This record gives sequence, C-alpha cells and structure tokens, in this order.
Amino acid sequence: MFITATRRIIRSGAHNFWRNGFVSLASTLVMAIALFVIGSMIFLGTLLDTSLEAIKDKVDVNVYFVADAAEDDVLALKAQVEALPEVETVRHQTKEEALEEFLVRRANDTFTIQALEELGENPLGPVLSIKAKDPSQYVGIAEFLQGDNLLSDGGEEVVDTVNYFENKVAIDKLTQIVAAVEMTGLAIVIILTVIAVIITFNTIRLAIYISREEISVMRLVGASISYIRGPFIITGIIYGVVGALVTLAVFYPITYWLGSDTEAFFVGFNLFRYYTENFGYIFAVILGAGVLIGALSSYLAVMKYLKR
Amino acid sequence: MIHFDQVTKQYKEDASAIKDITFSVEPGEFISIVGHSGAGKTTLIKMLLAEERPTDGAVFFESANIHTLHKRAINDFRRRVGVVFQDFRLLPYKTVYENIAFAMEAAGKPDEDIQADVPYVLEMVDLLDKSESFPHELSGGEKQRVAIARAIVNQPDIIVADEPTGNLDPLNTYDIVQILKKINDIGTTIILTTHNKGIIDSLEKRVITMEKGKIVRDDKKGRYVL
Repeated sequence: MFITATRRIIRSGAHNFWRNGFVSLASTLVMAIALFVIGSMIFLGTLLDTSLEAIKDKVDVNVYFVADAAEDDVLALKAQVEALPEVETVRHQTKEEALEEFLVRRANDTFTIQALEELGENPLGPVLSIKAKDPSQYVGIAEFLQGDNLLSDGGEEVVDTVNYFENKVAIDKLTQIVAAVEMTGLAIVIILTVIAVIITFNTIRLAIYISREEISVMRLVGASISYIRGPFIITGIIYGVVGALVTLAVFYPITYWLGSDTEAFFVGFNLFRYYTENFGYIFAVILGAGVLIGALSSYLAVMKYLKR
Repeated sequence: MIHFDQVTKQYKEDASAIKDITFSVEPGEFISIVGHSGAGKTTLIKMLLAEERPTDGAVFFESANIHTLHKRAINDFRRRVGVVFQDFRLLPYKTVYENIAFAMEAAGKPDEDIQADVPYVLEMVDLLDKSESFPHELSGGEKQRVAIARAIVNQPDIIVADEPTGNLDPLNTYDIVQILKKINDIGTTIILTTHNKGIIDSLEKRVITMEKGKIVRDDKKGRYVL
C-alpha cells in the first residue's frame, strides 16, 4: 500500500513537471540561478580563504640570537616556544644557514660581501622563525618572549633582537584587514544566499498558486493531505535536481575560462582545478541545496492551500 | 441517510446565505434543488460536502455529524460522495484516464481495480476513445461526462451534482440527465441543483424549491414553480 502510494506520487510529480512545461522551465531557471549564486559563493569563499592564508603565511616573528649564542640555548628556547598553544611552527636556522641565505639575498651587493669577507668570520647569529596559528596571536607570543629571563641565559644576553617589536604596526594592520575581509566575505555570502533562496521559494509558490484549484478538487475527491502534497514535493525536487545539473554544467566552461586568470592573480589558486578536484563536494552541496529548497518550498506552499 | 437539522449559514452578520434549513434525503432518492441565483443552493451543497461549516445547526450523514468528523473520516466520507460541478473541475495536466484513476488512487484502490474500473465507467459515459486526451482537448459535454465518470468510479452512495448542465447546450444537457438517471436506477442517491425548467419537469422526481435562503416548497413529484 505504502509502496503503491509512493510510486503513484512520484509518477504524478514527474507528470506535473513534464506536462506543465512552461512553469517548470521558469521555476527550474530561477532555481538554477539561485544555485549558481550558491556555487559562486563557495568559489568566492575558497578564493578569499586561500588569499588570506597566503597573506597570513607571510607574517612571522623572528628571534635573532647574538653571534656567539650557544646552540643549546637556541634549542632550549625553541622547545619552549613550540610548547605554546598559539604557535604553529618554529623554524630553526643555524649561523651557517643564516649566512648562506644572507649571501644569496645580497648576491648583487658586492660592497657588503666584500665587507663580510674582510671581517673573516660569520657575524650572524642563529634565527628562530615563529609562525602563529593566527596573526592576532603574535602579540601573546612576543610578550612571552619578552617576559621572564627567557631571552637571557644567566645574566648573559643571548638574544639580539625580536623583530616583532619592529614590525608591530604592520602586523597589527594586517591582522585587522584579514579580520575585516573575513567578516565582509561571510556577510556577502550569507546575504546573497538568503536572497537566492527567497526568490526561488517565491517562484515555486507562484507555480503552486496556479494549481490551487487543482488542490481543492483533489480534496473534494477525498485525497488525503499527504497524497495531495506528495506530487508537488516531487515536482519541487525535480526543479532542484534539474537546476543543479544545469548549474554544474554551466560552471564547467566558466571556471575553465577563469582558471588561468585566477592562477595568475591569486598566486597558485586555479579555479578550474579547484572545481574539478572538489567536484564531489560541490556536486553534493549544489544538488543538496536544490533538492532541499525545492522540497521545502513546495511543502510550505501546498500547506497554505490545504489548510483552508 | 442525509439529514439537515436547522442549518443556518451567515457570511456577514446581518445576512444569512441559508436560514433554518431542515430536510432529509432517503437512500436511492433523486432530489432536485431549484431556485434563483443567490437562493442558497451552492451554500447548501458546500455544507453537505464539509467545505464550509454551518453557523448554526448540524448536517448528518447516516448518524455522523459531518462537521465534527476528523480529517481522515472526512476523506472517507468524501470518497462515498461523488461530486459534479458546473465548471467540471478536472485536473488539467492529467489525461481523462488519469483524472478518473486519481479518484481511485486517492481512495487507495489497487492497480488491478483501477485498470478494470476506469475503462468500465468510461464506456458508461461513452468516452472510451478519449481516454488519453487532456481536458483542454474535450468539448464541454465531454468534460462533464468525464467528471461524472470520476464521481461514480468509487461507487459512491450519493452523487451531488451542482448545476452540472449550466454550461452545456440542450443536447448535452439531455445526455447528462440521462446518465444521472441511469446512475440513480442502479441505486445511487442523487442530489441535483439546477435552474433548468425542462430537466425538472421531465424528471418527475422530488423537488425542493429555495428562495432567499429558505425552503419554500418540497414536493414529492415536483414541477418547476418559481
């Protein structure tokens, strides 16, 4: 009995979709536009995230030790810093590595290199590069470094400078910008998604408004509420599925076209590659959103005419 | 089997659509309700189909007050009453066959019954060759015959026909009345509203005459008197 009813409901819903061609076309189109907006929001969010990640990654705090600092002191501080919950990574650079990197960086600066050669020894100390999990946490890490006797070893100074205090203004500004961009991005995503959902909801409501006479006839014939509502929900789900397939198909050429441009502009982020690599996830989100919006809109719209 | 007990319906405070209506319908009767537009015929039908609640009084089907029934019981009741309207009210995106099958599906009938009964009633109203047509492809008379087929397919106890010939020419009107008579002959109770004098006079059945929301005549073998 239940299986028979379900089969009849599905068949009737499919008939509604197919035979009411023009209304279905309009509803599916609006659905596809809404899902396109939702999909674009996924792309925008990822784009924003990777850009912000890349910027955040450029920020770090360097602890420069004095040239004759003992390796043990450096390693001891490294261990202490690594133990902090805010710290993502600590990179340890020995004196020699520091010099090597310095030489590479100043390869064209013959004057400085000459001066170094004249000096005869390596004037650079070891360096610890500390990356925090979030830019806002550098304050805490810097304060930790400043506090106690961490930076000195038995009265003897081992640390030369901590560059956070020099870069403080820049880091603070960046932290603010990152936070602001994240907030604005989230707000835009939410607002546009809500608008898309409301427009689709209203379109489906109009499509069912056309059928309100039909609903009253079904009631007079003695059809139960779920038997009347079922086919409309199926039709709504079909709007969602077809709309999702259209959207996913349209995204393919668009992301392909934008792929190389995004790669050049946002270092290393290729939209097309992202789309193809995460296709399963995007497919699930868009299809799920379409089915949910379609089914829920139909459910609520039919309820209105069943209550009377 | 149907009893109206002092039923009053007020849409606005000072005006009653029907007032203090009391009458009974026996099984197998063919009752015509006549009256001018606005006399309250349609309101009376709506009370009977539980589409609207009376302001006062009660309507009984067998021994149950139909306005105190639960939703499920109302659905069961409606499946025992076949309805035919002036404007046909077919489902526009279903074929003739599906329109009739829908009434059976709604009643939870199995597929085998549907496949057997739908062609049978279609033959009864002489529309077997149109079973795959959509309503907009049919003439008014054909649409009304589909509506009647839909009304009788669940073998209801009562057929309520609310001005079924109002939109039809005389020939189609004659056909519809013949079909209704045939249905009545096999024992189905019929309640017909109309203002077609010809139908009433040819039927020679019970006639209830309404005027301004009240019953003014109730004749066993009535004629159209207004």
